[in-house]
Amino acid sequence: MRVLIIIPAFNEEQSIRLVIGELERACGYADILVVDDGSADSTAALAEAAGVAVLRLPYNLGVGGAMRAGYRYALERGYDVALQVDADGQHDTRYIGKLVAAVESADIVIGSRFAGAGTYTSAKFARRLAMRLLAMVVSGLARTKLTDVTSGFRAANRKAMAIFAVHYPVEYLGDTVESLVIAVRSGCVIRQIPVKMRPREYGTASQSSLRALVYLVRAGVALGLALIRRWEPVSAAEVPERAGV
Amino acid sequence: MSVYMLGLVGAVVTVSIVFEMLRRRKLREKYATFWVLLAGVIVVIALFPDVLAGAAAMLGVQVPANLLFFLGSLVLLGVNVQLSSELGRLEERTRTLAEEVALLRLSSREHR
Repeated sequence: MRVLIIIPAFNEEQSIRLVIGELERACGYADILVVDDGSADSTAALAEAAGVAVLRLPYNLGVGGAMRAGYRYALERGYDVALQVDADGQHDTRYIGKLVAAVESADIVIGSRFAGAGTYTSAKFARRLAMRLLAMVVSGLARTKLTDVTSGFRAANRKAMAIFAVHYPVEYLGDTVESLVIAVRSGCVIRQIPVKMRPREYGTASQSSLRALVYLVRAGVALGLALIRRWEPVSAAEVPERAGV
Repeated sequence: MSVYMLGLVGAVVTVSIVFEMLRRRKLREKYATFWVLLAGVIVVIALFPDVLAGAAAMLGVQVPANLLFFLGSLVLLGVNVQLSSELGRLEERTRTLAEEVALLRLSSREHR
């Protein structure tokens, strides 16, 4: 089974080498693709020097754009599983094997921060409320309990990859929540496994109350749009066969 | 100068600007057609104010100018929504191109 780890990276020159090094040690069986999302710093050059494949987007598209490019690459090159891992080192590499294993029984597997392992507390009430509401609605759609639909730590099989290579929104929360809604509405099975997050090594998460409230409102809008939008369905016939096996 | 004369002058200015922009290839026909048609409507209203007054009376609008303002804002709103959607489509296209460029750049690098 061929596994690709996709790392969307925007100005992550401080952490990208550490993350690549750690992934290579922890998951030698997987290939690594860094999608440089129009960084102004030396992220792409450092990743190339580290010997991994690098997609250099000519300008910043946001996580959604970077991931769609990554899924297109994974699909074209015939990978069986594509994993998304953040470039800031928050995602613990020990869980990657579990995510890959879980893809056997689902199309998408989410590494959930709120499913028991470890304690991840997002400070503001409004933000927690928003995340809880989003999780409830998407769980209902997916007919399974999902506790963390904004997690960027996830694995996808070829069926999900084919959908994401065409539909992966760049809008706010599109890369997490809306992409899940699209996958569910396209008939994908979603599962979650508990993961522990590491504290951020660089940068800080947004924490002000106003921001959290804005987050709540925007999350509601994003979810509402996700539920009513129409897409051209990706038929199974369009999914390319696995190459080279 | 009556308000209708003002409308006439506005229409003529609009048509000349659109014409000049077309000549300099700064404007594509598909947008120009719309503005010229709109200017044409303004000319008709300026030359025959009774058309507007008649329409207002028919619709029960007491002050004809109000009908003009209402229709004018409606048209401008429509144009703005149309342009926003066009812009969104263009963004989606440049996004696809950006991804394509990145994928091609990587494969050309691998083949070197």
